[in-house]
Amino acid sequence: MAELIELVWILTKIGAILGPLILSVAYLTYAERKIIGWIQNRNGPNRVGPMGLLQPFADVFKLMFKEVVLPSNANRFLFLVAPLLSLMPALAAWAVIPFGAGLVLTDINAGLLYVLAMTSLGVYGVILAGWAANSKYSMLGAMRSAAQIVSYEIAMGFALVGVLMAAGTMNMSGIVQSQAGPIWNWFWLPLLPLFVVYWISGVAETNRAPFDVAEGESEIVAGFHVEYSGVAFAVFFLAEYANMILISGLAVILFMGGWYSPFHGLPVLGPVFDLVPDLVWFVIKVAGFLYLYLWFRATFPRYRYDQIMRLGWKVLIPVTVVWLVVLALMILAGFGPWFD
Amino acid sequence: MTLFIFYCFAAVLIFAATMVITARNPVHAAMYLVLAFFNSAALWIMAGAEFLGIVLVLVYVGAVMVLFLFVVMMLDINLEKLREGFVRHLYIGLPIAVVMVVQMLLVVGSGIMDPATLPSGDLPIPEDAGNTALLGSVLYTVYVYPFELAAVILLVAIIAAIMLTLRRREGTKHQDPGRQVKVRKEDRLRTVDLPRNQQSGSR
Amino acid sequence: MTTADAFETPDLMLALPEIWLLAMACLVLVVDLFSKDRDHTPAFWLTQFALVSTAVITINLQWGVDATTFSGTYVADDFGTILKVAALGLGFLGFAYSRDYMRDRGLLTGEFYMLSLFAMLGMLVTISAHNLLTLYLGVELMSLCFYALVAMDRDSPRASEAAMKYFVLGALASGMLLYGMSMLYGTTGSLDLATIREAAATLEDNRILFLFGLVFMVVGVAFKFGAVPFHMWVPDVYHGAPTPVTLMIATASKVAAVGLFLRLIGEGLEPLIADWQQMIVILAVLSLLVGNTVALVQTNIKRMLAYSTFNHMGFILMGLLAGAPGGYGAAVFYAVTYAMTVAAAFGVVLLLSQKNFEADQLTDFKGLNERSPLYAFIMLLLMISLTGIPGTVGFYAKWLVLKATVEAGFVWLAVLAVAGAVVGAFYYLRIVRLMYFDKPEGAGPQPSGSGGFRAVLTLNGLAVLALGIFPGALVAICMAAFAP
Repeated sequence: MAELIELVWILTKIGAILGPLILSVAYLTYAERKIIGWIQNRNGPNRVGPMGLLQPFADVFKLMFKEVVLPSNANRFLFLVAPLLSLMPALAAWAVIPFGAGLVLTDINAGLLYVLAMTSLGVYGVILAGWAANSKYSMLGAMRSAAQIVSYEIAMGFALVGVLMAAGTMNMSGIVQSQAGPIWNWFWLPLLPLFVVYWISGVAETNRAPFDVAEGESEIVAGFHVEYSGVAFAVFFLAEYANMILISGLAVILFMGGWYSPFHGLPVLGPVFDLVPDLVWFVIKVAGFLYLYLWFRATFPRYRYDQIMRLGWKVLIPVTVVWLVVLALMILAGFGPWFD
Repeated sequence: MTLFIFYCFAAVLIFAATMVITARNPVHAAMYLVLAFFNSAALWIMAGAEFLGIVLVLVYVGAVMVLFLFVVMMLDINLEKLREGFVRHLYIGLPIAVVMVVQMLLVVGSGIMDPATLPSGDLPIPEDAGNTALLGSVLYTVYVYPFELAAVILLVAIIAAIMLTLRRREGTKHQDPGRQVKVRKEDRLRTVDLPRNQQSGSR
Repeated sequence: MTTADAFETPDLMLALPEIWLLAMACLVLVVDLFSKDRDHTPAFWLTQFALVSTAVITINLQWGVDATTFSGTYVADDFGTILKVAALGLGFLGFAYSRDYMRDRGLLTGEFYMLSLFAMLGMLVTISAHNLLTLYLGVELMSLCFYALVAMDRDSPRASEAAMKYFVLGALASGMLLYGMSMLYGTTGSLDLATIREAAATLEDNRILFLFGLVFMVVGVAFKFGAVPFHMWVPDVYHGAPTPVTLMIATASKVAAVGLFLRLIGEGLEPLIADWQQMIVILAVLSLLVGNTVALVQTNIKRMLAYSTFNHMGFILMGLLAGAPGGYGAAVFYAVTYAMTVAAAFGVVLLLSQKNFEADQLTDFKGLNERSPLYAFIMLLLMISLTGIPGTVGFYAKWLVLKATVEAGFVWLAVLAVAGAVVGAFYYLRIVRLMYFDKPEGAGPQPSGSGGFRAVLTLNGLAVLALGIFPGALVAICMAAFAP
């Protein structure tokens, strides 16, 4: 009986994470269209509901009632499984993300590794979707995406090594706690190059502009999901946006002090701003990073494929390697307020 | 409960491993291999080796198998040809396999692999530190020599891979986008003043 | 197993040969990257300097020493020193002979030097390993370099096939080796060879598991030796690989294989000698039989040397299976002198090869005496030595091994080996006949190559003769290394 109650309790907690997450995805798409609209001096969606606020739901219903078209000669099983394979890791990684002090589903020791492992799995959905659809455009998209994700994972992994060197732990809550303090105490400052590398690789890992060659609508229509429609397509969409939120959340936890307010620990401002709940700070910071995603998309032209590879291998990875050495020296020297 | 979960993972693992070698489609086989890795990672984590388990997923599932799949998809492997050999060599392979299985059964069945008789792990895992930290602390101290050797092997692998793949062949249609982009107007465009031809001009 | 708390800072000076060689290999990597020289001359000289300096360091630091470092994963001792210096010397010969050949075929790249240097490093590591982990890593480092080196000539289908075969079978053998090691680890709970040896001496009910692991390890080691019946890769690899690579595989890697055997089986599992002796006897007998019979019908000298290798591996295994200091010393002496002789034989093949022409057919040696009396004479010395005729070093090597075998009580094996050597005389002396008594078909290949190459090759050939006349010093060194 006790086991059953525990099971129900865990399921409730999972629901409490996934429900708001999926809702956020819905409104992230709305925000994307609105913000890019404003940047381009348009209005964005404004017909469904007040200010277009019900637009995401309209989209969801539209996609749900559309037919899932199976291309002839497609590998039926893999074609249908691929979207789930890309969604599953995007959601599973949330298990170790702390939203506030103690506000986490499972507080495992190797949390950082687990997240890295989960984000590296997302590529399967993309590759299998591209291959199973038996279409040249899909295949090209899948190939590009696979090479890109595997390359950027290295840079990202190195950046995370820097974080765990600085924090001395792989536990997510532990990483946040080691950044306790005002904004200049957070890791973004001593790890600035790694932070930048992490964020660039994060954008590349999620296949978002300007690294969205896997979709590349001007060359290969829609890349790996060109043959998908209806719910299957919606699931890919969901996975992509859930991944964006995840990468932003990770950036906040690893470099931006997690749930701490920017004035935490200061004489007067600290206690005042600490009145705001942890969760709110976390959400605000995540929203900031999500805005960056949209801003990039509205601003930068798409990278050419070989430029992406060159950036990943010849710029980002060397930068991280050099900075890891510098970081080790800083830690040895007990440098600044971070490593004393 | 733990035992039940263990057997679930173990059963899926064995099923997946069998499917890897029997699946008709190489992409399916690769996916079953992914499944097998995943389940063994779960088993390792259950055995207390959380670091190894997660790294198995991270490295093998997340990177190695992706490239593997990449290659399998690119190459059009003709399975019928591979299968021919299977039956042809069965008469020699099967007896050897049977002999080996019997030998292994004799060894395992004699009870010497009983955990009670074998030496236990030298190091009990302390409660407070995860095995990640423990691994890290011995990797750079006690095992620094093998560790560095492994690094040298990786270096050799890189050199060998580059040596075997990076070669200029005659007659390949290779385009270098970097050079295409670097092209300047002066390289391609020639402006000349053509004098108007007075005689043959059509008036 | 040790913990980090009990960790002592390793004595880096003791392991200086490996560290120095690694540093030099990395230096070659960088220098070659920035050098504009088309013939990779800086890489060549740096490589040769690295080998010589490493040998000097090894002799200075490790001869007469018996110590471990790196928490017992590294050991330096006398026989290790001999094998290391021999491997380095053979590498030196290999590089000295190979420049013209590789340049003519467009294979003279910096990677050739780097990978060969790393292979050398792998051999040194194997020879100095005192832990299953380092042993395996050393073997793997060496093998990985050789897989790539065999495949170097990408335009040759035969080289690709050889590399494929070598790689697949080598990976299988590594798997066997690892599986056997896992059994040892399971029974003893330790990767340390000294601990394993203690555990093997006091075996109780774990004996079967131990032997189970031993079988797999013997298979893995036999593969590295190229002993029958784990020999399938040898002829194809010898034939398919570029000749300088064949030279390295045929010489230095065999010396490393002896090191592997002595560390893993001779040292770590010495208490189980009664068990592994039988297995090695089978390997030795099969090697002697197959090697001699098949070598008789070869028309390609690289393939002939490959098959005759089995014969010599049989002799080395005979020395090793005695399991006594005398046998080990004889085996090391045999391995070193055999490798030196074969290196010179491949050197002659390289000397006769021209651009777009491989002098690897037996007919290419017809009438060599008329074209080049000196190299015909050297080839004569080499063939006599490989046959084991008195006056050359091969005779002493065979004699020492046979003595050790008889002392260990395997008289029948010694008789078989002598009979094999007589059969071997047929195919070795056939080359002598071709060189001295046959007329060449057409002009026949002329010796080519730079002065340095010729000088080293001549010295190498004369050394076979010199060691045959005055073998005492080297025999004494080899025996002293194993003296209790």
